[in-house]
Amino acid sequence: MLLQRFLIRLLTMAITLFGVAVVVFVVIRVAPGDPIAMMLPPGASDADIARLRAFYGLDKTVVEQFFIWLSGVIRGDFGTSISLRQDVLGLVFNRLPATLELAIVVLLMALAIGGTTAILGARERGTAVEAGIDIASGAALSIPDFLWGLVLILLFGVLVPILDISGRVSPQLDLPFVTQFYLFESLVRLRFDLTKDLLGHMLMPAVALALPLAAIISQLLKQSLKEVLDLDYVVLARVKGFSETQVILREALKNAALPTLTLVGVQFTFLIGGTVIIERLFSYEGLGNMAIDAVINRDLPLIQGIVLVFALLFVLINLTVDMMYALLNPRLRHG
Amino acid sequence: MDEARNSRSRISRRGSSRHGSGARLWLAGGWLLLALLAAIFAPLVAPQDPLAQDLMFERLPPFWMSGSEPGFWLGTDSLGRDLLSRLIFGARIAFIVAFAAALAACLVGSTLGLISGYFGGWADRIISRIVDVWMAFPPVLFAILLVAVLGTGLSSVIIAIAVIDWTRFCRVIRAESMGQARMDYVENARIAGYGRIGIMLREVLPNVVPSIMALLSLEMGIAVIVEAILSFVNLSISTDDPTWGGIIAEGRLSIHQAWWVLVFPLVTLILTVLSFSQFGEGLKARFDPVLR
Repeated sequence: MLLQRFLIRLLTMAITLFGVAVVVFVVIRVAPGDPIAMMLPPGASDADIARLRAFYGLDKTVVEQFFIWLSGVIRGDFGTSISLRQDVLGLVFNRLPATLELAIVVLLMALAIGGTTAILGARERGTAVEAGIDIASGAALSIPDFLWGLVLILLFGVLVPILDISGRVSPQLDLPFVTQFYLFESLVRLRFDLTKDLLGHMLMPAVALALPLAAIISQLLKQSLKEVLDLDYVVLARVKGFSETQVILREALKNAALPTLTLVGVQFTFLIGGTVIIERLFSYEGLGNMAIDAVINRDLPLIQGIVLVFALLFVLINLTVDMMYALLNPRLRHG
Repeated sequence: MDEARNSRSRISRRGSSRHGSGARLWLAGGWLLLALLAAIFAPLVAPQDPLAQDLMFERLPPFWMSGSEPGFWLGTDSLGRDLLSRLIFGARIAFIVAFAAALAACLVGSTLGLISGYFGGWADRIISRIVDVWMAFPPVLFAILLVAVLGTGLSSVIIAIAVIDWTRFCRVIRAESMGQARMDYVENARIAGYGRIGIMLREVLPNVVPSIMALLSLEMGIAVIVEAILSFVNLSISTDDPTWGGIIAEGRLSIHQAWWVLVFPLVTLILTVLSFSQFGEGLKARFDPVLR
């Protein structure tokens, strides 16, 4: 049953990715403006232009170009970036870790803030504390991450300048890293001075992205907790003499977490998309920042590669959430 | 017992949303009306020419700080242009984009959602798959890509936002009309001899209108933000006309010399976005037949 579900999901995933590939390809090819013209110095001969067009496969029909590109992608060859003149896959892999680290920090942060406020709100239900949490989460949710980013820049970059407002790491530092997972590697190498610097750069973009997500988690988890807290088995635990916090942590949380999990998955995919502008805002050297440059430079192969990687992340997260849900939900597990 | 608790919580929820919706509607509606009027009558209310540069007056602080000049209430930017006038003229672009993009997205998304939810079957399967593909694009990247492809300009921005955000309407209206399609009154209408399209338009559609209105208002707020983001990466209307996002981009650059160039457009944007979403929620609370 589970395997069948998994296979069906895998198939729809492939269809979705193919759809994304087609849409990006079509959208980009109808673009006016010749990327080749932008690479060559003025006064380049027609022969030069033709040679370069042939090199990037731009002299073939759109359908031919699509299948050449697709067969390359399946073999792991995403083509060559026009503006940076490097292998697209290499460029993407070089930047992806920075974005993934940011996304994971955001997710942990959102779970911590959202979870704590939800538990607190459920314990203090009906009081001013709960009302306060509701107002705070309402505000956090209504203001998009882009605006939170700007608010944070003003607060902690200008008013009380304690955090770095741009970049991923201080440029003067000597980095011993062999992978692009700087944060992870700094922890493994016990170079906590570097961890501190990395987190100092990451904190504001992460908070900007985490606030709306934390608010959603908080609202939904609090609602499910409150519903579960009225059920008989929880009442029984209370009668047994457990404190309200113990009741929530030991009995209610397990059962209330399931609907939240699905939502966190969906929201996490939105978050990956949100990194694009937040990375730009904080000049954080991730995939999203590179994507904007690629669009501005009309770097077709690079745009295609990045969008496809984003879409792949999107379907993978959805798949993971779906499978986790199936594993955790007893009704589906035995169904 | 379960039933009783459920209905009680529903009542209390209904009570609280009814209670809050009045004040919310007025506050949010008030700000939106003010901003809209400022946008319409921009040439009359703006104290200065928003494009006039004056290097004698560059980076003037707002009126309450020392060094400010009369007539430049919120100060000037690094080219000496009056910030308040630029914000007022920027409201024009913001509202044009908000109304046009949200309406277009609503029209496309609600129509497809209604068809998908009410008819089900193949129509639903195809539309849902398209929505899935669309959702796999990071929206901001998609918007930037579309504007880069369509070329900068007001209509490109509007088209880009509509092309991206129709799925928001489609998903919600699909789910709602699916629920409505199973209601007794739809069956009754069928027995009474109405055709399927007739039922869809005359019976199902009116019942999802409150949701459409709330979404429409929310979407206007989102459109304002997307326009600001596009202006911020310098891909919006690409003329000299001031936009809120463009002013923010300037403010981000001169943040250490003139914080007000960032603060005032930011506050304006936050108020506008909050108002659009609260106005939508308030409208829904007021007109939703179930909540009412």
